[in-house]
Amino acid sequence: MYQYDEYDRALVRERVAQFRDQIERRLSGELSEEEFLPLRLQNGLYMQKHAYMLRVAIPYGTLSARQLRTLAGIARDYDRDYGHFTTRQNIQFNWIELEQVGDILERLAEVEMHAIQTSGNCVRNITTEAFAGVAADELLDPRPLAEILRQWSTVNPEFLYLPRKFKIALCAAQEDRAAVMMHDIGLYLYRDAAGELLLRVMVGGGLGRTPILSQQIREGLPWRHLLSYVEAVLRVYNRHGRRDNKYKARIKILVKALGIEAFAREVEAEWQQIKDGPAELTAAEYQRVAAAFVTPAYANLDEVDLDFGSALARDPGFARWVSRNVRAHRVAGYASVVLSTKPGASSPPGDVTSAQMHAIADLAEDFGFGEIRIAHEQNVVLPDVRKADLHGLYQRALSHGLGTANIGLLTDMIVCPGGDYCALANAKSIPIAQSIQQRFADQDALHELGELSLNISGCMNACGHHHIGNIGILGVDKNGSEWYQVTIGGAQGKASALGKVIGPAFSAAEIPEVIEGLVKTFSDYREVDERFVDTVQRIGLEPFREQVYRKTQVPA
Amino acid sequence: MNNLIRLSAGQARVVEDDPWQWLREPDQARPVGPLILPLAAWLARQDQATLAGRRFSLDGLCLAPDDEVETIAAYLSVLPLIAIEFPSFRDGRGYSQAYLLRTRLGWAGELRALGDVLRDQLSHMRQCGFDAFAVREDKSAADALKGLAGMSVLYGRSAIEPRPLFRRRGASAAPDA
Repeated sequence: MYQYDEYDRALVRERVAQFRDQIERRLSGELSEEEFLPLRLQNGLYMQKHAYMLRVAIPYGTLSARQLRTLAGIARDYDRDYGHFTTRQNIQFNWIELEQVGDILERLAEVEMHAIQTSGNCVRNITTEAFAGVAADELLDPRPLAEILRQWSTVNPEFLYLPRKFKIALCAAQEDRAAVMMHDIGLYLYRDAAGELLLRVMVGGGLGRTPILSQQIREGLPWRHLLSYVEAVLRVYNRHGRRDNKYKARIKILVKALGIEAFAREVEAEWQQIKDGPAELTAAEYQRVAAAFVTPAYANLDEVDLDFGSALARDPGFARWVSRNVRAHRVAGYASVVLSTKPGASSPPGDVTSAQMHAIADLAEDFGFGEIRIAHEQNVVLPDVRKADLHGLYQRALSHGLGTANIGLLTDMIVCPGGDYCALANAKSIPIAQSIQQRFADQDALHELGELSLNISGCMNACGHHHIGNIGILGVDKNGSEWYQVTIGGAQGKASALGKVIGPAFSAAEIPEVIEGLVKTFSDYREVDERFVDTVQRIGLEPFREQVYRKTQVPA
Repeated sequence: MNNLIRLSAGQARVVEDDPWQWLREPDQARPVGPLILPLAAWLARQDQATLAGRRFSLDGLCLAPDDEVETIAAYLSVLPLIAIEFPSFRDGRGYSQAYLLRTRLGWAGELRALGDVLRDQLSHMRQCGFDAFAVREDKSAADALKGLAGMSVLYGRSAIEPRPLFRRRGASAAPDA
């Protein structure tokens, strides 16, 4: 993991002191709420329905056991004993007192963490996939460039008051597990025949009110130009992005208005002015940062582990868990494990108690190198587990409510906090998720359905990424009551697609029935082991519509 | 009084006797003394010799967020002062305008922030090249001075520090933590 040096430490410490002062000035009335608003947002502090929410940055989803224990302490001492992992691989605490924020940030700084730019109209947490550095299909490690970008974007004075938020993601594997195409800037990393590290730059993706997948703006950009190119994109956006309407202020709207070619010409002209200047990255800097992500001391193991094999044969629950929650590792004898934060109706997706955080930290140390990742699907990943340890890990995970075998299945939903917490929400999300989870509690039936993503957002801001769920549910307000619009056919990854609305919205009570209708249609039409999204692709929306609107009452 | 902070030779101080008057609307009554004018009004008031770069202008020029800095490149040699307006402190276009004026167009004279100019943004403005700050009328300039220093660490580069931290790291001693 990246370790802070004196500069990183000084910046975070000074930022805590600065924000403490700003909070005091707010409390004394010296700062108006209007003046304080962007300051607190850029320090991760939202005002929700009932309390402040603090969103803590987990850069590219990487945490140490020590850091997670600190988060557990914050949950226990300042919140209601739990935290919520987000789709930007961050964690948020929902019940925070403004007066205590300085102390919380101080505690975070002690373990090299912060909440800088987890909100606001600035560059947000840089994300990549949860399996960076360990995935079997990885082309190269994206973390050094992610860290370089994190530093560059942190308190970058020119780009703190952009027209709107700005999200950057990197992917350096065959499969895109970082939802790159729904980012303002997406970067695919690869090497050319000569081994040089190159970037394919995507721009203009985003969900929200106007969901758009990004378009390629540049191919074959040498890594040394990463910062100058991103700077060029941001400068064009900062100067020309719309500021008259917050729903039209993301870069995707500018790209769409100009067209990708014209936008690319603007960026190219800007980039030509700066590309060979001091912004050009140096090999020394790359090496300095990359040295923090050295390969841990893996043991020399056989690819096949006999104990693992016999446990699979002996324990069908374990075998099922392995089939869903365990991923191939690039090192023989190792695997990566996903701990599901979605045990079912008992707990909101992404929520983890402080006791569970301690348990995860212990597991990471007992069965790995003390490292933990947060996936954008809101789950927790242990990247380096020996195959021989998988069964022991599984049993301990189960005992802490973290052993649910549902990764990639319908109950592994991405869900925003919704109307229970969020002041922006039109409708609640969590009770909808729980009602669906109740309906699909039968594990055999669930596994039979195979891969199926279901994403729920409580409003158009789309924090639950409903557009790219195979099934998407969007909370909408109709004359003061909560309704839910359903889309199908969305997908993330390199074959990203936006879901299509199946018809009029439903009441909360109808939703489990609707999902069941969609799933029944899928089962009726499914060919062999076809995935839900492929069936939708093949047969279109009509059969699903027929089933769902025949079975449920269509609202007037 | 313009509630003005000016940086000079690395020292920031509140200026009590700043003579400049900002004319927000072109048809506003013209007070006596040097004026800062919006771009269109500035252009309208200059004679041919000034516009051709042969005579020094007596009027300062204020860029609105929509104005392209490149359009004033031809007049830099005759301008006494450039101001950039922040209609709202949340409108960040002025940062890019300032950065470009300093680093690309080579403006070396006074660069003044006008409008919704507040203590908590001053350090960012300074990094982008502003050296004068007309703090919003209802705020204390003396208090705003505290916001000017900002933080000791800048990862990227700026108008006043052209080298990003990765080119400075190790080159000098680490800051006092």
